[in-house]
Amino acid sequence: MSSTITNQELVREHPAASGAVAEQAAALPKDEWPLWEVFTQSEQGAPHEHAGSLHAVDAGQALQNARDVYARRGGVISLWVVPGGAITASTPGDAGPFFDPGADKAYRHPQFYKVPRGVRGV
Amino acid sequence: MTSAPATPAITPAPKPAPNARFEFLLRLGDDRLVLGHRLAEWCGHGPILEEDIALSNVALDLLGQATMFLRLAGQAEGQGRDEDALAFFREALDFRNCQLAELPKGDFAFTIARQFLFDVYAVVTLDALSRSRDAEVAAVAAKSLKEAKYHVRHSGEWVLKLGDGTADSHARIQRAFDALWRYTPELFAADAIDAAMRDAGVGPDLPALRESWTALVRDVVHRATLTLPHDAPPIAGRNGRTGAHTEHLGHMLAEMQIVARSHPGATW
Repeated sequence: MSSTITNQELVREHPAASGAVAEQAAALPKDEWPLWEVFTQSEQGAPHEHAGSLHAVDAGQALQNARDVYARRGGVISLWVVPGGAITASTPGDAGPFFDPGADKAYRHPQFYKVPRGVRGV
Repeated sequence: MTSAPATPAITPAPKPAPNARFEFLLRLGDDRLVLGHRLAEWCGHGPILEEDIALSNVALDLLGQATMFLRLAGQAEGQGRDEDALAFFREALDFRNCQLAELPKGDFAFTIARQFLFDVYAVVTLDALSRSRDAEVAAVAAKSLKEAKYHVRHSGEWVLKLGDGTADSHARIQRAFDALWRYTPELFAADAIDAAMRDAGVGPDLPALRESWTALVRDVVHRATLTLPHDAPPIAGRNGRTGAHTEHLGHMLAEMQIVARSHPGATW
């Protein structure tokens, strides 16, 4: 019995003596690593849903940390990690103009309309 | 001289033939039990929360693998000992783990370097064992191999980050590899037990796996801008596989076993 394992499937590409990590480390904030938002998918075809956030120095490490923090107990088949800064969010101040107009117009909902008897497949 | 009474010859009790399959399974189980415990010592002390979880996660994988291998070992021994009896009611001399696994956890760089050396060893040996003629061993190995591949990814990425990182992280992990290298020949030093298992098609040809292991380790270590020390001779005579351990194992076992020994049979 011998082994057929190669590093290609084990450790990601990383050019020798590139200084890439050192360069990256120098660019990091000194007190805290960047924040990443994590999205998990529970089954094929299901949406990726926000699971939480974590800290990591790069996308590869964020993916590994996400695996350990949010997928270690199973129930996940796919992970996305997104730099926290890449997300543009609405603010509490937007809440009124953004969301209130949707609350009082029943005719925006399909249930508002009566379907004639005999129509199938709706 | 004729008057001197003949001294009765002291004949040692005949040694029972070693149960090769039992010993073989103990080695696999004890490596994982002891290293799993060492890793678990990081729980609550990891450098960041995420890494604390990652290390504990690997520790739990190793304890799960130890449970499976030690359960098989207990069955092979046939004396009614289960995995808990083997884990918590044996003395250091009866443990069969490699010495690499029992060394104190050191700093984070030392833990990562040791883990990387073991993780690659686990991958090449489990890969071979997953084709074992012994169906039970092959099944446990195949399940464990998936976990071990992730472990290499985790520790390998850290070797790259620490080696190719700051001057301090580079120096620390280089020092760790330098200190650990002399414990690696033991991993591939096959004795009569290993030979018997290999001949039966149950165990791997350990010396033959050394080349794949070295190539994988060397590749990552070089990419991390680190160097491997020159090969040291294997530890002469007895090693961890036959019950010879460093002074560290006894202390570790005392801590690991105290609860089970103070409250035998307790459940919670």
